[in-house]
Amino acid sequence: MNSKNTNQKSYVPYHSPYDPCPPIGKKFYSTPPNLYMGFQPYNLPQYSPKEALMKGTLWPAFYDYYENPYEKRR
Amino acid sequence: MWVYEKKLQYPVKVTSCNPTLAKYLIEQYGGSDGELAAALRYLNQRYTIPDKVIGLLTDIGTEEFAHLEMIATMIYKLTKDATPEQLKEAGIADHYVNHDSALFYHNAAGVPFTASYIAAKGDPIADLYEDIAAEEKARATYQWIINMSDDPDLNDSLRFLREREIIHSQRFREAVEILKEERDRKIFF
Repeated sequence: MNSKNTNQKSYVPYHSPYDPCPPIGKKFYSTPPNLYMGFQPYNLPQYSPKEALMKGTLWPAFYDYYENPYEKRR
Repeated sequence: MWVYEKKLQYPVKVTSCNPTLAKYLIEQYGGSDGELAAALRYLNQRYTIPDKVIGLLTDIGTEEFAHLEMIATMIYKLTKDATPEQLKEAGIADHYVNHDSALFYHNAAGVPFTASYIAAKGDPIADLYEDIAAEEKARATYQWIINMSDDPDLNDSLRFLREREIIHSQRFREAVEILKEERDRKIFF
């Protein structure tokens, strides 16, 4: 992503002393690049055709790799 | 009319025999925000939307069928040689007694597909906003499935599908902008 926007956000839900499960800590949600782009500008840099077919987009500006955010905390 | 290419849009590889993952994936097959619902929603709405964005709905609706085919392949591979005993352990014994290992359009909880999952209001903005919401919901569903899955090859294909949802959402958002803008309006003095 080429802008200042991050593609993942998090918040800490309130945990009551009476909640039975241990607190999950952070909850994560995705905010992918399409939320910020508006109309796609002309002449954005492109992947090679072969790479684009594998990535699912022709433009690096739209590429958003997703990993389970709850896994890396362990 | 359609032209069929006898290959998948993106390769589908599955590392391990894991019918439990098939149980989750069926959500994207016959669920409310699944690929079938998406394809039917867009291909139906395109008759009553301004000319400028008909082609977009045709293109995306068609691609959703290509995604449906990928999901079908994943489910097929994950359950292909599984014994009834394994299917039972995976929690899909109820699917087995009705369908053996045949695929069927229902969601992860076994609720059969229904046309009430999709809408066509006839209002271009309402319909496109529904489409944007559908893409974001499908993106989220892929995230939840990736979070549940430990199959690296399967996750690779799921990441591709998630990326396509992002692009589709982008294009629907642009379609809304096209229908909103007043650039071509004639101005009288």
